Amino acid sequence: MATDSTWLDFEKPIIELERRMQDLKDFGSKESIEFSAELKRLEHRLAKLKEEIYSGLSSWQKVQLARHPRRPYTLDYVESICSYFVELHGDRTFRDDKAVIGGLAEIEGRPIMVIGQQKGRNTKENLYRNFGMPHPEGYRKALRLMHVAVKFNCPIVSFIDTPGAFPGVGAEERGQSEAIARNLREMATVPVPFVVAVIGEGGSGGALAMAVGDAILMMENAIYSVITPEGCAAILWRDRARAPQAAEALRLTATDLHELGVVDELVPEPLGGAHRDVTSAAATLKEALLRWLDDLSRLSTEELLSRRAAKYRAMGVFERG
Amino acid sequence: MAEETEDRGSWLAKTSESLKAKKKRELPNGLWVKCDECQEFIYQKELERTYWICRKCGYHFRISAKGYIDLLSDSGSFQEHFSEIISCDPLKFRDSKKYVDRLKQAREKTGLKESITTGRSRVGGHPVGLGAMDFAFLGGSLASAVGEKITLLIELCIDYGMPLVIVCSSGGARMQEGILSLMQMAKVSSSLAALAQKRLPYVSILTNPTTAGVSASYASLGDIIIAEPGALVGFAGPRVIEQTINQELPPGFQRSEFALEHGMVDMIVTRGELRSTLIRILDFFQKTTRLWERDAASQV
Ligand SMILES: [Zn+2]
Repeated sequence: MATDSTWLDFEKPIIELERRMQDLKDFGSKESIEFSAELKRLEHRLAKLKEEIYSGLSSWQKVQLARHPRRPYTLDYVESICSYFVELHGDRTFRDDKAVIGGLAEIEGRPIMVIGQQKGRNTKENLYRNFGMPHPEGYRKALRLMHVAVKFNCPIVSFIDTPGAFPGVGAEERGQSEAIARNLREMATVPVPFVVAVIGEGGSGGALAMAVGDAILMMENAIYSVITPEGCAAILWRDRARAPQAAEALRLTATDLHELGVVDELVPEPLGGAHRDVTSAAATLKEALLRWLDDLSRLSTEELLSRRAAKYRAMGVFERG
Repeated sequence: MAEETEDRGSWLAKTSESLKAKKKRELPNGLWVKCDECQEFIYQKELERTYWICRKCGYHFRISAKGYIDLLSDSGSFQEHFSEIISCDPLKFRDSKKYVDRLKQAREKTGLKESITTGRSRVGGHPVGLGAMDFAFLGGSLASAVGEKITLLIELCIDYGMPLVIVCSSGGARMQEGILSLMQMAKVSSSLAALAQKRLPYVSILTNPTTAGVSASYASLGDIIIAEPGALVGFAGPRVIEQTINQELPPGFQRSEFALEHGMVDMIVTRGELRSTLIRILDFFQKTTRLWERDAASQV
């Protein structure tokens, strides 16, 4: 598990208090001393502290939660939500992109095709996963799996968690733009239900390349943005340190996106974030996924595709002048 | 888009700086322009005759959306459509400046209402839906109004059975409309899927620069993709890549010639040959059965 340094600054008072309570409990049971009055007092303080800290999280704090090193990643959700998972590999063209995972899965006994971006938990894993930043092969692998899903009439669930597409020489040589663009066009007409869950970081085109679907769900503390707050701050404020301001201006939280009509459902997380109770976070997401998959499966292919086309046709806010 | 990060800023900055610089470099009577690439002074009248291509090194000076529309269209055939669709400020976005002020300035500076001009035109007699982006308008950025105009243009093409031609020039999605700008990539690509189902041709023309969100959506979805020589064509900005890999990029990286070599575009065509090349391509598609039928039926 991650080390102490992986807690965010604003989480630390809570973690410290929880630790003190645990110590007290451990000591009490070891020495057979009753600390219930003291524990009750601390319990009360903890609840108040959590309320204080989590009720008014800024956009920047949500960015930090979305990137939390303890946050559940795609495979954590798959493990928790799916009773069956067989991972599939490769784009059949160049290589297997480890930043994108996918495979055959079952949710409550029903077959689905899972795709998603995958981050690593530590340095070694992150080097393996390229920090969750796909190369063109990742998008092409995802597209290949979509085609398999279509062939066998299997709904698709896509988990979104990436800082963005990888900015590298090979990625450009092998057509990063083409890979993303093609996925965007193909996803518009994939004739099976397609549900997207933004679970962590929705990093721009790299995220979107696997996120055009019939329903876009977003975890409460996830973010989804046209550009990273740091990148935006560097361009518009000429100062990366203004990222918190940029985060606010970009309106990148789940609440913002829900209000803007880009996200169909905001999926609540346990108090403090999904990493504080992965099982419960996954259970809530599972319930939402099942509900959407059920609803979408009732539609005819024509209805499904015309609804999806209408959904994207309506994206954007402009004036007639 | 995240992938371009500082780089678009550098382009935007460079553009305004080089515009300023260009003015300064002009000799008092304003008749000479210095080439950005080879530093040669060229008589402006000559540049106008040669499609703003440097006679010494072949450098393609950036030209406006109107420049491309005039260059490609049969004389006087272009009718603008959808100019009523304009940007507003859905996020109430403000950095050092308010987005509404940036929009106002861009409109004053360019005389344009948006970064793309769309309409019906004829090219070598062929009716087409034509869109041309203008980098001078907020870096040719893709925003809600731009996505809507392109979508309306695609729908016009479908209604009239016309091919679609888009001249791209853009640093990517417009940050000031946040996620709504990103969604335009999906919106336009979805409309292009509808166009493809009608088997109507789409020719995408990439000019300097075509990057990030535009590159990763409609610019790369043409049945035929044409690039001007030397244009920056790619997804991530070169500076971001350099910073990420901590390595200097090879010369010519992400230029049209690199894109052609790596299989990302069909051909590189100099500006002087763009119109005749486009006509040859449209002539071919005209001969396909579906278009014959459609053309006869719609009589546009
Ligand atoms: Zn020159």
